Amino acid sequence: MKTLEDLKALREKLKSDIKVRQNSGTKIIIGMGTCGIAAGAREVMKAVLDELAVRHLNDVQVQQTGCIGMCEKEVLVDVMRPGEPRITYGKVKPADVKKIIAEHVVNGRIVEDLVVGKIEQE
Amino acid sequence: MRELSLHILDLAQNSIEAGAHHVQIDINENEDGYFTFAIADDGRGMTEEMVKKVRDPFVTTRITRKVGMGIPFMDMVTAQCGGYFDIKSKPHEGTTVKAAFKADNIDRPPLGDIAGSIAVLLAGAPQIDLVFTYSDAGGKFTFDTREVREVLGQDTDFAHPEIYRWTEEYLRQQLSALHAGQED
Repeated sequence: MKTLEDLKALREKLKSDIKVRQNSGTKIIIGMGTCGIAAGAREVMKAVLDELAVRHLNDVQVQQTGCIGMCEKEVLVDVMRPGEPRITYGKVKPADVKKIIAEHVVNGRIVEDLVVGKIEQE
Repeated sequence: MRELSLHILDLAQNSIEAGAHHVQIDINENEDGYFTFAIADDGRGMTEEMVKKVRDPFVTTRITRKVGMGIPFMDMVTAQCGGYFDIKSKPHEGTTVKAAFKADNIDRPPLGDIAGSIAVLLAGAPQIDLVFTYSDAGGKFTFDTREVREVLGQDTDFAHPEIYRWTEEYLRQQLSALHAGQED
C-alpha cells in the first residue's frame, strides 16, 4: 500500500525532469465548470493525466478552466502548442484522449473530426 | 450528476473560483443518521443577501456568474433524499457548504470515485492547501496536502502527471483500507 513515505522515492525520481518541465510550452486545458463535470470532465482529465504519465510527457502542462459558454459541446479540451493556433476539441470522451495526445500533442497533427474551434495565437 | 463525488468536485470549483487558498472537504458516512459532506473555504465569501439567492439558478447565474447550477442541483438532490443543504458564508472570510442525506435513503446517489475527484481537483488547482477527511464506522482517514509538501517540497505541483497518479492511488488505497477495517 502507498504511504507518505513513498513520496521520498517519487521526489528523487522527479528531480531529474523538473528542468525539462519548464522548457516545453504545450498546454492542455480542460473545461471544469458544472457543465463540463456533468458531461464527464473528471474522466477526461484523468485520462489526460494518465496518458501523459504513461508516455512520460511530464513537460506538458495541464490546466482547467470554468464554463466558457459552449456547455452543449462539453467536455471541451484545448491544446496549445507554442507558435501554433489554439485548438478546441468538443464532446471529448476519455477514449478520444489517446488519439489527441498521440496525434496533436506529440506529433502536431490536429484531430480534425473533433475540432470545434481554432484561435490564432499572437 | 450520478455521483456525489462529482457534486463535491463541482462545489469545490466554486471555492477555487472564489480565490480560496485553503479548502477542507469532510465526508462522514453516518453523522447522527445522515450521510454528510461539507466543503469549507477561505475564499472571498458571499453577502447574506447572496447566500439567500444562490439556490435559484436563474437569479444567481446572472449576478454572480461563478455560482450557477451547482448549488441548485445539490439543493434539489438533498431535498429528494430527506436531507438538507446548508450554506454559511461571510464576505472576506469564506464559505462553508454542507450536504446531508438520510443515511438509509435509497435515492441517495452513490459517492462514486472520490479519490478521482480529489486528485483531479488538485490537478486543476495545484496552488491550494487541501485537507480531506473521510469518516466511517471503521475510523477516520485524513489527507493533508501540507504533509505532502513537507516531503516533496513547497513547490509541489499536483498537476504533474506522476504526482497526480500517486495522489489518486494513495487515496484509493487508504480509503479501501478504511472500509476494510469497518467490516472486521
